[in-house]
Amino acid sequence: MATVGLESKTFEKFPDIVGRDDDVNYLNHEHSVASWLITLDHKRIGLLYLVTITLMFLLGGALAGAIRLELLTPKGDFLAADTYNKAFTAHGIIMLFFFLIPSIPAVLGNFVLPLMIGAKDVAFPRLNLLSYYLYFAGSVIALTALLLGGVDTGWTFYTPFSSTYSNSYVVVMASGLFVVGFSSILTGLNFIITVHRMRCPGLTWFRLPLFIWAIYATSVVQLLGTPVIAVTLGLLGVERVLGVGIFDPRLGGDPILFQHLFWFYSHPAVYIMILPSLGVTSEVIATFSRKNVFGYHIIAFSSIAIAVFGFIVWAHHMFTTGMSPYAAMVFSLLTFSVAIPSGIKVFSWLATMYGGSISFDTPMIYAFGFLGLFTIGGLTGLFLSTLGTDIHLHDTYFIVAHFHYIMVGGAIMGYMAGIHFWWPKMTGRLYSEFWGKLSAGITFIGFNFTFFPQFILGYLGMPRRYYEYPDEFQVLNVFSTAGASILAIGYLMPLFYMIHSFFFGEKASSNPYGGSTLDWTNTTSPPSPHNFEKTPVVTEEPYHFHGKEAAVVSH
Amino acid sequence: MFEEFKWLPEQASTVAPEVDMLTLFIVVVTVLITALVGVLTLAFAVAFRRKSESYIPAPSFGNVPLEIGWTLIPVLICLVMFSWGVKVYSNIVIPPADAMEIYGVGRQWMWKIQHPEGQREINALHVPIGRPVKVTLTSEDVIHCFSIPAFRVKQDVVPGRYSSLWFQPTKPGTYHLFCSEYCGTEHSRMIGKVIVMEEADYQKWLSEGAESGQALQGRKLYTKLQCVTCHTGNAEAKAPNLEGIYRKHIPISHIDGVKIKDGTKVFADDAYIRESILYPNAKVAAGWESIMPTYQGLVTEEELLQVIAYIKSLNQGQTPPRTEETPTPATIQNKSANKEAN
Repeated sequence: MATVGLESKTFEKFPDIVGRDDDVNYLNHEHSVASWLITLDHKRIGLLYLVTITLMFLLGGALAGAIRLELLTPKGDFLAADTYNKAFTAHGIIMLFFFLIPSIPAVLGNFVLPLMIGAKDVAFPRLNLLSYYLYFAGSVIALTALLLGGVDTGWTFYTPFSSTYSNSYVVVMASGLFVVGFSSILTGLNFIITVHRMRCPGLTWFRLPLFIWAIYATSVVQLLGTPVIAVTLGLLGVERVLGVGIFDPRLGGDPILFQHLFWFYSHPAVYIMILPSLGVTSEVIATFSRKNVFGYHIIAFSSIAIAVFGFIVWAHHMFTTGMSPYAAMVFSLLTFSVAIPSGIKVFSWLATMYGGSISFDTPMIYAFGFLGLFTIGGLTGLFLSTLGTDIHLHDTYFIVAHFHYIMVGGAIMGYMAGIHFWWPKMTGRLYSEFWGKLSAGITFIGFNFTFFPQFILGYLGMPRRYYEYPDEFQVLNVFSTAGASILAIGYLMPLFYMIHSFFFGEKASSNPYGGSTLDWTNTTSPPSPHNFEKTPVVTEEPYHFHGKEAAVVSH
Repeated sequence: MFEEFKWLPEQASTVAPEVDMLTLFIVVVTVLITALVGVLTLAFAVAFRRKSESYIPAPSFGNVPLEIGWTLIPVLICLVMFSWGVKVYSNIVIPPADAMEIYGVGRQWMWKIQHPEGQREINALHVPIGRPVKVTLTSEDVIHCFSIPAFRVKQDVVPGRYSSLWFQPTKPGTYHLFCSEYCGTEHSRMIGKVIVMEEADYQKWLSEGAESGQALQGRKLYTKLQCVTCHTGNAEAKAPNLEGIYRKHIPISHIDGVKIKDGTKVFADDAYIRESILYPNAKVAAGWESIMPTYQGLVTEEELLQVIAYIKSLNQGQTPPRTEETPTPATIQNKSANKEAN
């Protein structure tokens, strides 16, 4: 069985070679501005997203920097109270809705999904372009809200503060999120249909790479969850503008209703952010260990399980609202159910590495970082699903630390692993391994330095969203701010060596890492405009590795 | 800045050690799992590092006992945490029957506290050591959260409804009272102090400067707001007798003007009394016409608490006589209507 990969290659692969300069590919076949801005090519749309979300990430990151600087001292001295409140609101909104949610699905999903399933494009290329422009329009509206003076409600928009009391541009911001929500819905719809209808011959469901399973599960959440937040923000606008009583008790509404509706989307939204990273990690660990992913079926189903469980745990954000203790117990138990598939994934990745042939290229270093931070982030969630400890920790810095471990430690490390992994495919160039590994290391160290002290701060009782705090919390805040400056370096470095690589990097071969999926084995780097010259035919499960030499010899 | 630094928060209530013990248990379990994942990752990375470019390792085909193991063991661990968590949570949320009651109102950006004895304070809460204390809370504007880390308790303070939390202090001292639900510009200055005192000191503090008991203040409102005009407590009354109704089950006939099935009862707690004052039509007592005007906008949250304290204390035959010098409800409403018009 050990040689199964070498014998059973009945589908045609490219030899692993470096393309020539005059080869036609999706980057060089057209040059006009219009060929980029109104392109229907999923790969170019992926790059449009890459550029836009990177700009949003830089803006969100700058706001994070301002927040950490303010928290260096107990007194409010760097920002005014309202400015601080607007800064953390903008940081949350930009990072969640305009960076994390579109990050892996819209950039890597767009670029890789059709390549991985042997398709020439997504099912609805025009809808795909519309998604991008909805995202773009939503971003413009949100940035307008910021330029007009910002929003001070927190990204959670809790009522009746947001609907009646806040004097900031809530409706403008909510409109931006309403529009960007449709981008998310349409992308999800497009991907679901693409996976159902566009798989190449022989690519059955259980031959799909695990990244596809993860993106598929994510798309289902996007399609089913996002309409709920759109309606909720709509109701918020109706109450704020027309004074219709929905959430404000003075108008006869119920403020807790808003929280139920908000978290019914916003908890699953966490899985929109983390599931794709789990998928990337499966691909990266398999490729750099040259092993099939241990427990393929269970990992595929655990992605679906996480997506389903994600919809039935929302009220764990509300244990302190005075909800029925019995409801709290049910939601606590349900919340633990998310831990099980997450744990299974981590152990299965470890088992994948066991007996493998592991190389330490940059994507793998990022994946190691992901594994560490996701484990800590996931396990600290146990403190919050346990009712007895959540009451003390709710709305403190413990929560801040926990969700940053998942959404920054987990989701962004996974995104960085994916960007580094598919960069040679996207650009046809290699980046500097030295700088890549260094940035992965610095990010990992800086991240822990920034967010680990916040677990202790939270247990000590420091509430979140405080711009001033009692003196005894200063030591840990200083650690956290110092860590944030290291983290910033880790995040900025790729910007430089990636741009350098795009113009001056060494040319990449079609399969520089010895990947086993169609995106590596059957396309050039960068791929031709229509991805595949001949429709590939798949005859085996994914992750049969053939080694670099083997691939060349066998062709 | 290093002098004030502490690794653990003060442990100053009966539930604090329980929460800390449960936390310690989860810390030990999660640190062990993290260490296991970390050590295995590093060990595999070293042991199975790529030694030859041409070597393709044998694929793995699963290992059923291992997979059952890493599914079932976490399930068991989660069930232990869940059950232990429920136990501690019950102790946190269910107050003992003999708890002394204090009332609090949150508003942008301060805490206003009323003691039944009449003492009122702002951004401070004086409590005696060794007695269970139940704090009933509401908000005048947005959602706040009443949080005392040293006691490991926390409760959202929601406008339009009453919520409560309880604690039993075990250590004299001064502790933080935080607002931990974001509530606007000065959220981070909505900080108060909880002062835990010896019983004798507390009694002394209570007697200093209190105007009159909370219920007595409520009694004044009861006549001033003309509750007494209809709720006279005698046979000719146009509204139900309120004597002794507190925490009783009362039959009701209509909900929001809709007739409901006979024999339906409602529990006359703080929330029901508050609702009946602000939205008289919401749940109408059986046998009475819904003629009561709303008092929305005419009473503050603090006054409502005083009226409730009075109704709570109102025993058989204690309804005061109506005094003619106080204005009728219609006059009060006209006044407030004029105010709005101006």
